[in-house]
Amino acid sequence: MLTKLKDFASTFFVTGDPLIYGADVAIVLTTIAIVFVLTYFKKWTWLWKEWLTSVDHKKIGIMYLIASLLMLFRGGVDALLMRTQLALPNIQFLQADHYNEIFTTHGTIMILFMAMPMMFALFNIVVPLQLGARDVAYPFLNALSFWLFFFGAMLFNLSFVIGGSPDAGWLSYPPLSEMSHSPGVGENFYIWGIQISGIGSLATGINFLVTILKMRAPGMKLMNMPLFSWSVLSTSVMIIFAFPILTITLALLFVDRFLGAHFFTMTAGGNPMMYVNLIWMWGHPEVYIVVIPAFGIYSEIVSTFSKKKIFGYKSMVFSMMIISVLSFFTWVHHFFTMGAGADVNTFFAISTMAIGIPTGVKIFNWLFTMFRGRIQLKQPMLWTLAFIPCFVVGGATGVMLAVAPADYQYHNSYFLIAHFHQVLIGGVVFGYLAGIYYWWPKMFGFKLDEKLGKWAFWTWNIGFYVCFMPQYALGFMGMTRRVYTYGWDMGWAPLNLVSSIGAFLMGIGFIFQVWQISYSIKYGERDTTGDPWNARTLEWSIPSPAPMYNFATVPHVSEQDAWWAEKQAREAGKRAAAAPALEPIHMPKNSGIPIIMAAFWFVAGFGFVFSWIWMAVAGLLGVAACLLARSFQYDTDYYIPVDEIKRTEASFGRGI
Amino acid sequence: MEHETTQTHAHGSVKSYVTGFALSIVLTIIPIVLVLSHALAGKPLIVTIVLLAVLQFLIQLFFFMHVREGEQPRYNVMALILGCVIVFTIVAGSMWIMSFNAAVQ
Repeated sequence: MLTKLKDFASTFFVTGDPLIYGADVAIVLTTIAIVFVLTYFKKWTWLWKEWLTSVDHKKIGIMYLIASLLMLFRGGVDALLMRTQLALPNIQFLQADHYNEIFTTHGTIMILFMAMPMMFALFNIVVPLQLGARDVAYPFLNALSFWLFFFGAMLFNLSFVIGGSPDAGWLSYPPLSEMSHSPGVGENFYIWGIQISGIGSLATGINFLVTILKMRAPGMKLMNMPLFSWSVLSTSVMIIFAFPILTITLALLFVDRFLGAHFFTMTAGGNPMMYVNLIWMWGHPEVYIVVIPAFGIYSEIVSTFSKKKIFGYKSMVFSMMIISVLSFFTWVHHFFTMGAGADVNTFFAISTMAIGIPTGVKIFNWLFTMFRGRIQLKQPMLWTLAFIPCFVVGGATGVMLAVAPADYQYHNSYFLIAHFHQVLIGGVVFGYLAGIYYWWPKMFGFKLDEKLGKWAFWTWNIGFYVCFMPQYALGFMGMTRRVYTYGWDMGWAPLNLVSSIGAFLMGIGFIFQVWQISYSIKYGERDTTGDPWNARTLEWSIPSPAPMYNFATVPHVSEQDAWWAEKQAREAGKRAAAAPALEPIHMPKNSGIPIIMAAFWFVAGFGFVFSWIWMAVAGLLGVAACLLARSFQYDTDYYIPVDEIKRTEASFGRGI
Repeated sequence: MEHETTQTHAHGSVKSYVTGFALSIVLTIIPIVLVLSHALAGKPLIVTIVLLAVLQFLIQLFFFMHVREGEQPRYNVMALILGCVIVFTIVAGSMWIMSFNAAVQ
């Protein structure tokens, strides 16, 4: 019995690597610390009632934000481990198989468990407020989306200490990810972690599409809508059409692994290239899914901090919508070297280059908005200014990669690595950071410290260029991606060392941001006006942090930049601050079902990972029970009485 | 919030859901039987399966997705057209891309 248990534990837990033992200890200690603090300060009920069961879009947004920052930390540590290993030739810091696991988890986490939730955090916090709505269209579904993402991410991260991490690259190409080449449970963790959080992403896409189409304040036409909300609309359309492709592709891969089918195997009529073809049909829209909201954020920030209406509003809208449709017609440029023939490659090379046109339109619009504006160099604006040159260079190298014949030279080299990090960090990460700095006062009621923020900004930016510019050159020198070490004779040592230094500079930038947040919680400038940046859109017309019902009275909108127009009118004395009669506010009730249902999904996923059918069935039965319980719940809403609204508004210094 | 709207306009009847469900099941079983019994092979088999899939797509659209309902069918039509364009791209694009691969093999 004891030996059986020992055998089980030695395969169940990951053993042998001191780094992982260290992580085990850290996980246990952190868990104990969290449980102790919650118990000692008697916060369990508070946590459950105020956060875990909340359907409030602002709280869900904050939970997304916390989770994504934790994932940024883990993905960042993965990156630093890799850069340490590559800093000099022949380092024995990581073994080859461990290195494979780390680049796999780095990529998967950064895209699916860092960028996506950080994007959803901003969707949740900002969109209803910008539209003048009191919540999203489906608040319960919104909570469910978050918990599905959360438990999916936890399942994926668990592979680190239990069972072993996936190691077939961030897109798990077969045949490497098939049973024949990866018999362990790592790939199962990959499939189920992404599947479970993917259901949540799809639901979020639907939720925000409906919210934008149906929940806008009276009078707000689509063409009056703030550009960030437009970008969310564009992204939601892409999510709705792209994520089902991912779900099907991974499901087919799982059927191959679990039931011994032959969709993507090397033998028996399978075709591994079909997987590559399918996964990039999701994968290419996916990169636009994460970058388009960043474009929306830049548009808001540029306009606010230049004190000007955005230049070319309509062309911004059209270019975003065109990008969202075009994104479905470029996927082959990720595998030109498959050799699908000159006609196929030519078509996709041209469609790829065509994406540059709407993107270029946007860049010029931002520049023209700034032109003769009264620019204020606050933190959100700094990141926006840093984004523009960075993204232009990233876009230009992208067009180089789009030249199909030349791509045979660049493909899978460090040139490619440098390119996509430049667009993903320079475009997506800078954008989300800018958005976090911009909307932080609306989330928490205080600004983040400027001085520490500038330190973070400069270390991040200098670190970025020091890290990735050498990688373009390394690509030309023949260094391919995913090599875990190299010899002195390759001549790659100096540039790799420089690149690693840059990576650590970015790590220092992140530490500055953590310091900045902890410092600002205590000393940050409090926002008492609700409009700390003198901004233009409706979210700034309400107090910071926003009260749970958002708007005491629903605003009426008749033009773009509604809040700016309102402020202008009030200044000119044309309009007094409106004070229509208050009415009881209809709100959704909190629910524990989302977190419980997602936990059952986690159990089911874990069962499938280890092929423990009893556990998978139990989990799925739990999911079904939750669905049934929700179907027969009729008491799901309530009204906030007028007295309570008055009290809340008065506490913000706004008597009505 | 959603609760009120669900009561104001109807979302199909039990009968229409059961009919849709039964038809979907039947249209799923037929291809399974065709494959398992080796009644058809090669091209005819694939064509039959694709036809049955398209039929099932239409049934789900009408019985479960309520395409005919709602005050603004404009959105429905737009979404459907975009969906069809993307489905066409996926299927035709994959065939086009993979045809060269097949020719080489």
